[in-house]
Amino acid sequence: MSSFEYHRPTSVADAVAALGGGDEATVVAGGMTLLPTIKQRLADPSDLVDLSGVGEMKGISEEGGAIVIGAMTTHGEVASNPVVQAKIPALASLAGNIGDPQVRNRGTIGGSVANNDPAACYPAGLMAMNATVHTNKRAIPVDDFFTGMFETALEEGELVTKVSVPVPDKAAYIKFPQPASRYALVGVAVAQTGGAARVAVTGAGQDGVFRVADAEAALSGSFSPDALDGVSVDADGLNSDLHGSAAYRASLVMTLAKRAVAAANG
Amino acid sequence: MASVSMTVNGKSVSGDVAPNTLLVDFLRENLRLTGTHVGCDTSQCGACVIHVNGKSVKACTMLAVQAEGADVTTIEGLANGDQLHPMQEAFREHHGLQCGFCTPGMVMSAVDLANTIDNPDEKTIRHWLEGNICRCTGYHNIVKAIEAGSKAMQAGKQAAD
Ligand SMILES: Cc1cc2nc3c(=O)[nH]c(=O)nc-3n(C[C@H](O)[C@H](O)[C@H](O)COP(=O)(O)OP(=O)(O)OC[C@H]3O[C@@H](n4cnc5c(N)ncnc54)[C@H](O)[C@@H]3O)c2cc1C
Ligand code: FES
Ligand code: FES
Repeated sequence: MSSFEYHRPTSVADAVAALGGGDEATVVAGGMTLLPTIKQRLADPSDLVDLSGVGEMKGISEEGGAIVIGAMTTHGEVASNPVVQAKIPALASLAGNIGDPQVRNRGTIGGSVANNDPAACYPAGLMAMNATVHTNKRAIPVDDFFTGMFETALEEGELVTKVSVPVPDKAAYIKFPQPASRYALVGVAVAQTGGAARVAVTGAGQDGVFRVADAEAALSGSFSPDALDGVSVDADGLNSDLHGSAAYRASLVMTLAKRAVAAANG
Repeated sequence: MASVSMTVNGKSVSGDVAPNTLLVDFLRENLRLTGTHVGCDTSQCGACVIHVNGKSVKACTMLAVQAEGADVTTIEGLANGDQLHPMQEAFREHHGLQCGFCTPGMVMSAVDLANTIDNPDEKTIRHWLEGNICRCTGYHNIVKAIEAGSKAMQAGKQAAD
C-alpha cells in the first residue's frame, strides 16, 4: 500500500482543517471502500483524515417527523437501532442487507452516500424517501446530491455530517444481489408519503441512482403492484455487463418495483 | 512512523508502525500471530476476521493505527489454555473444515454471531456467513458446526448465570 500521513481529528472543524493540510488529503470513514481502493492503487492519498473520532458525526435521533443519522453511523447500527426499526423498518432492513456483517460493522452511511457507488443500496433508499444530506456547509436534497456515477454535489473540503430521512407512510427496498459482490445488480426502493409515491433505482443506471417518473405517477394514483402493469423503463441508458444485459436490468427494475410495493403494503 | 497501543488477546501491546500498515499485518508480522489469514485484496473473503471491541471486522480493511486503544481478539485468544473454545470444539466435532485456511475467520465470525443472536437457525447462519468464503467444504458442515457451537456457547452462558 502506498504511504500517507494519518490524522484523527475530534471535530468537524479540525477534520476540514486537516483536509486542507495535504495536497491529496482524503477522509476515511469505515474504510470499506477506500482501503481496498488504495490497496489496488486506484487511489493514492497523501493524507488520511480518519473521522472515527468525530463525536458530532455519530448517533441517531428523531427530530420532527424525520430520523437523523450521523454520517459516521455504521450500517450495523442503523440496522439494529430501535427507533429506525420502529419508524422506518425499510431503512433498517436496507442497512442490514448491505454486504456482510463485517462490512456493516465498519461501513458508514456518510461513506456510502459520499461514494455514490452506482450499485450501492443507500442512494436508492434515501432517494425514494426524499432524504436530505447535511454537510458542514449546507443541506442538500437527495435529488440534487447524487449527480452521477461516483459523483455527488460535494465540493472540495465539504463533508457529509448527517442524513435526515423523513418518515414515510410506507416504504420498502428490494435488492437483487450480484452474488459475488453482494452489491445490487438492481435494487429498487419505493416510498409513499401523504399519497405521493417515489421510486428510485440503483445498480441499473449508467449515471447511478435514478427515479422512475412513470412508476411514481402510476403509484401515486394507486399504491399497488397492479398499478405498475404496463409501466416500463427504457433499456437505453441502462448498464450492460457480463452479469446482465440492459434489457434484463430494465425487466428487473419493474419486477423488483412491484415486489417492493407489495412489501411496503405488508 | 506512528506508535500504536492496543490490547490483543488480553495483553497490552504496542509498536511503531508506518501509518499504512494494515491491522492484519501488524498482528501477523509484528506480533507473529499468524492465525489470522489473508485470502484476498478486495475485502471479500473473510479469512482475516477478528474482533475489535467485541465486533467482528476484517483485519485486512483496517489500519493498525485505527485500532489505537482497542480491545482486539484473534483466533489465538479464543481457547482457554489447552481447552478449545466451544465454537472451535464444534468445528472439530462436525468436521467444519478441510484445508483450514478459512477456518480462523469462520470461527471468529461465528462467535460474533452467537454473541449477537441466541441459537441462530440455518438460514440466519448462512446469511451471516455472507462475508466468509470457503473453497473446500461446501459450507454444509460449517453451518452444522456453528449451529452446535452456538448452542454450546448458550449453554455455557446459562451455566455461568
Ligand atoms: C465486500 C463488500 C460488500 C459490499 N456490499 C455492499 C452492498 O451490498 N451495498 C452497498 O450499498 N454497499 C456495499 N459495500 C460498500 C460499503 O457499504 C461501504 O461501507 C460504503 O460504500 C463506504 O462506506 P465507508 O464508511 O466504508 O467509507 P470509506 O471507504 O471510508 O469512504 C468512501 C469514500 O467516501 C468518502 N467519505 C467517507 N465519509 C465521508 C464524509 N462523511 N464526507 C465526505 N466524504 C466522505 C471517502 O473519502 C471515500 O472517498 C460493500 C463493501 C464491501 C467491501
Ligand atoms: S483477507 Fe479477504 S477479506 Fe480480509
Ligand atoms: S476449509 Fe479450505 S477454504 Fe475453507
